[in-house]
Amino acid sequence: MSTVPMLALRNIEASYGPVTAIRGVSLEVPPGVIVALLGANGAGKTSILKAISGILKPTKGSIQLAGLRVDGLSPERIVNAGVAHAPEGREIFPLLTVHENLRLGAYIRADSEVAKDIDAAYSYFPELRQRARDMAGQLSGGQQQMLSIARSLLIQPKLLLLDEPSLGLSPRLTEEIVAIITRINREHGTTILLVEQNARIALRTASYAYVMEVGRIVLEGSSETLSEHQDVKEYYLGIKADSVRGEKRWKRRKSWN
Amino acid sequence: MQIVISGLAVGCVYGLIALGFVLIYKATETVNFAQGELMMIGAYFAYTMAELWHWPFLLSVLLAILATALVGAAIERVLLRPIEGEPTIAVIMVTLAIGMIARGVASAMPGWGTDTHHLRVPYQGGLVDLFQARLSMEHIVIVCSTAGLCLALFYFFRAAKLGLAMRAVSQNQLAAYYIGIPVSGTNARVWALSGGIAAVAGILMAPITFVHINMGSVGVMAIPAAVIGGFGSIPGAVAGGLILGLCESLAGLYLPEGFKDAAPHVLVLLVLMIKPSGLFADQIRKKV
Repeated sequence: MSTVPMLALRNIEASYGPVTAIRGVSLEVPPGVIVALLGANGAGKTSILKAISGILKPTKGSIQLAGLRVDGLSPERIVNAGVAHAPEGREIFPLLTVHENLRLGAYIRADSEVAKDIDAAYSYFPELRQRARDMAGQLSGGQQQMLSIARSLLIQPKLLLLDEPSLGLSPRLTEEIVAIITRINREHGTTILLVEQNARIALRTASYAYVMEVGRIVLEGSSETLSEHQDVKEYYLGIKADSVRGEKRWKRRKSWN
Repeated sequence: MQIVISGLAVGCVYGLIALGFVLIYKATETVNFAQGELMMIGAYFAYTMAELWHWPFLLSVLLAILATALVGAAIERVLLRPIEGEPTIAVIMVTLAIGMIARGVASAMPGWGTDTHHLRVPYQGGLVDLFQARLSMEHIVIVCSTAGLCLALFYFFRAAKLGLAMRAVSQNQLAAYYIGIPVSGTNARVWALSGGIAAVAGILMAPITFVHINMGSVGVMAIPAAVIGGFGSIPGAVAGGLILGLCESLAGLYLPEGFKDAAPHVLVLLVLMIKPSGLFADQIRKKV
């Protein structure tokens, strides 16, 4: 890639106390592209996002945003640098209304376009508009997920970090969210790093993907390549390989081990 | 009627101090035992400017409120931020110590000392006849100022960006980080707001109890007020203060000597037995 990547991690290591969560991760996200980070529970995907947004301080390595180092900066400085993080789960403000949650999404902004952008966020998620005056804590899990994503859009990010947007959603809602993510990327040119356990969704949404296991990147490639990769198919997509020698799945070593 | 109004007036002061408690508690989960001393400092600031330096009364009041707000923010910045994340008991000890030190320093200050001082207010000794009752201006000013302040705070927390950010930080600190709210800076502002409110309480109280180094002991009454209101509820704190003030003055009128001081605490026990979460506890807890 000749252009400066929107996001570049070099040899990032991070730990929670004595527990090492990330062991030397390097990855790049080119501008305007959706890149996915795949992996099972506990692989360290969320820790990577936390390291990027400054919640978890890396012990080693560097993080660059459009060529500028951001590791070690405070979370609010990183948000101001154009990184929005829509965390997994329900990290919303339960006792504020949906509308107030969205207004706070624009906390760092001082321009007069905020009202217009809140309206745009509502048009992405019409369900939120209907519940604008309700307490966010009363929303369903799926709606809270939408609120978290909508709120991060109000930062007007250059780079959007999405953590498990499909978590706990029905297949229909998941489809909706995927469509919206694609629209956000297309309409605003927002660069997106998408963390997912659901490989099928991740590989369909992103054009490039990294696979993580126990704190390391074990595989990377374009979504087409990875979708055809034998081990990704078997372990992440659940498509059984026709093994010539009739090997048992649990005896076979993954190609990256 | 006089009894009711004077009860309400005292209750307003309790409520204002409780409000300061609750603001800090909600934002930082710290119980600030120096809240009463912040009130004392506010009253002393006003006394110094108005009486010792002969500055105009209103200017002195405004500057005293500002100065106390700065003291509040400084306490957060210098003393509490370094011990963020330490066990609650450590934080409580720090706030207790701040209270003791504040009293010590106040008694050593030239012009302050351990004497009882008089802060002359323009509305001193005024009486108003209303509904066949004779009300003192001091009480009316307390009730009206508290009502005004509560309205302003209500608007601030509802509509102002900083007010919303303060509520957001108190509800979900992590999410606040994610959208770029400077959490520590916001907490310092909560302390400043709390200090300012304490100063208002101190200045309102000054004409009735005079200015002395132990006037902060009414801070002890603010904790039960906050508990009755459901620790963590802002309107609850004010309501709790009013209930306690009323209860105290009515008990002083109808019950034998001595019950006046005990009655509010009996009420707290009753409330805790019947409704342990307090009368006005926030309804929704964060879903896990």
